[in-house]
Amino acid sequence: MSQQYPALLVIVPLLSALAVAVAGWVNRKWCFPLAAAALAVAAWSSVGLLFRVLHEGVVIYQLGGWPPPVGIAYYVDHLNGLVLPLVSIVALLNIMASKKSVEQEFPDKICAFYTLYLLMVTGLLGIVVTGDAFNLYVLLEIAALTGYGLLAIGEKRSQLATLHYLYMGTIGACFYLLGVGYLYIVTGSLNMVDIAEILPDLYHSKAVIASFIICMVGVWLKMAFFPLHAWLPNAYTYAPSASSSLIAPLVTKVMVYVMIRLILTVFTPKFAFAAIVLSDAVVWLAVIAVVMGAILALAERDLKKMSAYIIVTEVGYMVGGAWLGNRIGMTGAILHIVNDALMTLCIFLVVGNIVYKVKGYAFDDLPGLFRKMPFTMGAFVIGAMSIIGVPPTCGFFSKWYLIAGAISAGRYDFMAALLFSSLISVVLFFRVFEISYYEPFGDSHGHDDRSGGIDEAPVTMVVPLLMVAAILILLGLYTDYIVNHIVQFAIPEALV
Amino acid sequence: METIETITSIKPLLAVLASLLLVPILLSSKGPNIRESWTFVAAGAKFLIVLSMLPAVLEGAEIVFTIAEVVPGVAIKLKVDAFGMLFALVSSSLWIVTSAYSIGYMRGLQEHSQTRYFCFFALALSATVGVAFSANLLTLYLFYEMLSFATYPLVTHHQDREARSSGRKYLLYIVGTSIGLVLPAMLISYNLAGTLDFSHQGFLAGTGSKTLIGLLCFMFIFGFAKAGIMPFHSWLPAAMVAPTPVSALLHAVAVVKVGVFSVVRVLTGVFGTDLLLSFDLWMPVIYIASFTILVGSFIALSQDNLKRLLAFSTIAQLSYIVLGVGLLSPKGLTGGIVHIAMHAFGKITLFFCAGAIFVATGKKNISEMVGIGRRMPVTLAAFFVASLSIIGMPPCGGFLSKWYLALGSLEAHQMPILLVLLTSSLLNAAYFMPFVYKAFFCVPKDAMFENTVREAPAFCLVPLVTTALISVILFFYPQPFLRLASIMVQRITGG
Amino acid sequence: MNDLVATIIAKYNYWIYITLMMAGLYAMIAKNNLVKKIVGMNIFQTAIILFYVSIGVKKGATIPILEHAHGHGHDAHQAVHATDYINPLPHVLMLTAIVVGVATLGVALALAIRIYNTYHTLEEDEILAQIREE
Repeated sequence: MSQQYPALLVIVPLLSALAVAVAGWVNRKWCFPLAAAALAVAAWSSVGLLFRVLHEGVVIYQLGGWPPPVGIAYYVDHLNGLVLPLVSIVALLNIMASKKSVEQEFPDKICAFYTLYLLMVTGLLGIVVTGDAFNLYVLLEIAALTGYGLLAIGEKRSQLATLHYLYMGTIGACFYLLGVGYLYIVTGSLNMVDIAEILPDLYHSKAVIASFIICMVGVWLKMAFFPLHAWLPNAYTYAPSASSSLIAPLVTKVMVYVMIRLILTVFTPKFAFAAIVLSDAVVWLAVIAVVMGAILALAERDLKKMSAYIIVTEVGYMVGGAWLGNRIGMTGAILHIVNDALMTLCIFLVVGNIVYKVKGYAFDDLPGLFRKMPFTMGAFVIGAMSIIGVPPTCGFFSKWYLIAGAISAGRYDFMAALLFSSLISVVLFFRVFEISYYEPFGDSHGHDDRSGGIDEAPVTMVVPLLMVAAILILLGLYTDYIVNHIVQFAIPEALV
Repeated sequence: METIETITSIKPLLAVLASLLLVPILLSSKGPNIRESWTFVAAGAKFLIVLSMLPAVLEGAEIVFTIAEVVPGVAIKLKVDAFGMLFALVSSSLWIVTSAYSIGYMRGLQEHSQTRYFCFFALALSATVGVAFSANLLTLYLFYEMLSFATYPLVTHHQDREARSSGRKYLLYIVGTSIGLVLPAMLISYNLAGTLDFSHQGFLAGTGSKTLIGLLCFMFIFGFAKAGIMPFHSWLPAAMVAPTPVSALLHAVAVVKVGVFSVVRVLTGVFGTDLLLSFDLWMPVIYIASFTILVGSFIALSQDNLKRLLAFSTIAQLSYIVLGVGLLSPKGLTGGIVHIAMHAFGKITLFFCAGAIFVATGKKNISEMVGIGRRMPVTLAAFFVASLSIIGMPPCGGFLSKWYLALGSLEAHQMPILLVLLTSSLLNAAYFMPFVYKAFFCVPKDAMFENTVREAPAFCLVPLVTTALISVILFFYPQPFLRLASIMVQRITGG
Repeated sequence: MNDLVATIIAKYNYWIYITLMMAGLYAMIAKNNLVKKIVGMNIFQTAIILFYVSIGVKKGATIPILEHAHGHGHDAHQAVHATDYINPLPHVLMLTAIVVGVATLGVALALAIRIYNTYHTLEEDEILAQIREE
């Protein structure tokens, strides 16, 4: 059974999506349990796969038994061995937490929602597990299309926002396809490892350089790397809470994974950092991304859009960290994929809880929340601490590696940008804390009779949230374990 | 080179956790009396755990405990050495006293959200003991930040407009400097040395150029804004909007002492006296400290609000400690380190008195307190004793630390510093003595209080009398603080 | 000059796909009507599909369908000469891409219909004006 994990974690959600669609026709109440069960199987397979990778090293699974380059191979090493459980566990936690929210916001579309949800997770897991460049494009589009569907169920403005996302996302995917096409022309293969073996003789070929840059731009479009980020804030803000808390933590991080996969495995660091001189420019772009993301977040007056701009900043961290060109920076970027997914999940689940209770997410809706929803806001505090970068939450440690990498590479501008955005995050979050902590104050120095007690979100929404908050701290304390046992092996020896 | 015995024990972690574990108990307590009793239990437990480690430390051993290894070469690790023990003793003993005082104060004024108050107080004390017992810079940073965020709800307790803006100032100065200055400095040090563990001779020796090390030194000194070193001192007077027990413990003892403790720890454990000497870094340290001492004392002279006056006095007094380290001489170092304890007991008494006066009369300004000594003799007597300690007069503990500092400046051949010490003592007298005189001796018709004003409630009185008495006792018997300081100084200066 | 012209003519498939891509991109950016933008996006995708198919072409080769498939006697065991057939792999890949393109088109048009139902217009500037008024 454990031999089949790579296939299971893609097939089970895929087939369950069909099952959910059919079951929903019969009885709506079957949708959620089926979907949750499928995701649980996927999560269990991905964790099992991670342990297999830790014991055996790289796992290669040939679909249908066809050997590459004829067939499609799933290639699981430490890098995607780490990201796979992340995706499936985030999806599982989110589906548990969003159940009530889904029932409240669009009760007539539950069955369609869960179908799309499962297909999206299939797409994301497939992107991460595959070892074939074209297969990645296909799954990329699966994830994208279902994402558009999930995002458009929301409020009035969501449809136009999703349409804009559709344009940009399609262009991004097409660029990626074009890049893969160029690679195919020069190497004749679509299998990532195969391409990596053939490429070294061709490093000076213009086609390869063009392919690399086109692939990168495509992936940057999909991950909302400034200035290609314009689709993200609107698309994530107007979406329903259940969709945004699935898509926001995962999609951009999976795209960062794709970028790192391209740099480390397909093109290898020898090409990306040595043969072409792109890294300086990209780190500059990352600096701008980080600074602009922070500043744009400051301008927003609602919680969800502010969080969306914070995602733009975090993507800047990861791109900058990966392109610093040293081992520490790359470690920081990979670690940040995991940490940021969980931090974003925490924040968006909090927003989901707030929307469930208060029916709004603007700053004007927030006064008095610390008293009314203490558990939600407690988890929000921990998520905020993680984004600011306060030990012992995990956000601090990925910032540590990123800053250490910047110092090591001599890129003090990147370090300054990281510190600047941390300080801005303090302002951003304490603004929210202030509004929700100080109720409309009178002059009587806070001695008024406070009406109303605790009015917290339902248990099924709070428990997963508290679990995520606890994981943020646990991951922080276990950083060394993760780095030494997993991330270290994900980065090839060649990168110093 | 003496070999230091290292004992591994979970006691340091227990000391930190004693108050953290109090929080869930408090949250689930029914009734204020149960809540308060549990606070005392936890405070007592914490003090006893710290005390239990004292004998070993006095023998010269160090107790360590590693919580988790998080980054290559750096772990979250606790180490109890003489310096940390001194600070932990001071803060944990004063927590007991402050809890008693808080009960009197909060109940006397019928303050709201008392559970929240006691919870965050407990968290703040956890963080303080954590800082005291940090074995390396990362652990120190962790508990330092924890303290910043745990004290924010305490500073902004009253939740009115003033609290909000003071809270912002507090955050701006304290978190802004720690993220903007300490974090990069820490990472650069890690990059240079590969480790962050405090060692008795510092770990940065021979790793960088004079400019780089000098830059790091400045980043650390100004980065730990809790030490109140000018120009990053403005948060202290602003934080006086907090309830007085908060001001008392946190801003006279815990928060500010964490700041100076961190500065001293970094200067001695990261840089080391030899490095400071060879790169002449002691000079800017002394100048900055002297500047703060003098200017702080001058500003205190002009204050009418009693708590603000005490705040500026604190700012000045803290820099004595930094000055002691800057002198780099054994007596100077001892004086600076012992001053942590002496100043703590003296200042907390002064704040307790200010709070007691507010509870009894509702007055905050000195100009409104003429003749109050006749109504509240015990309170003002304690105030008088404590102010003697701060000025540095026998028979109070403050005299001892100032004496050592003076000897230290002679040892280091720094005559101007001696002058600074004398001037500031005179200034201290200038802002304390007139108030005390007017409180006791004044023409009856100028007395501002009706007969209804009585002494402060017992829960307020007992703590402040206790700490005032301790200030006096410390003059006659300064152990274990003096012994702990000497052990530490011996290690630092090359024992 | 002759070399340049020769190069351009030899790589004509690249020039065609670039032109098509740019035309699609232009439509997406410059046109106001949502449906026109969507069509532009489709043109963009089609350009890439055409490009892929064009790279499989070989001189003097025929379509990749085997002659004498069942074979009688010795013919069945003849080896297949790859040079006689154009590369079928890009075609296969592009089947997938065409399906993806159609699906994207479908989703986009569905969104456009929903937008029309909400705002009663398909012109982007009018929609934005309506949003600003809210």
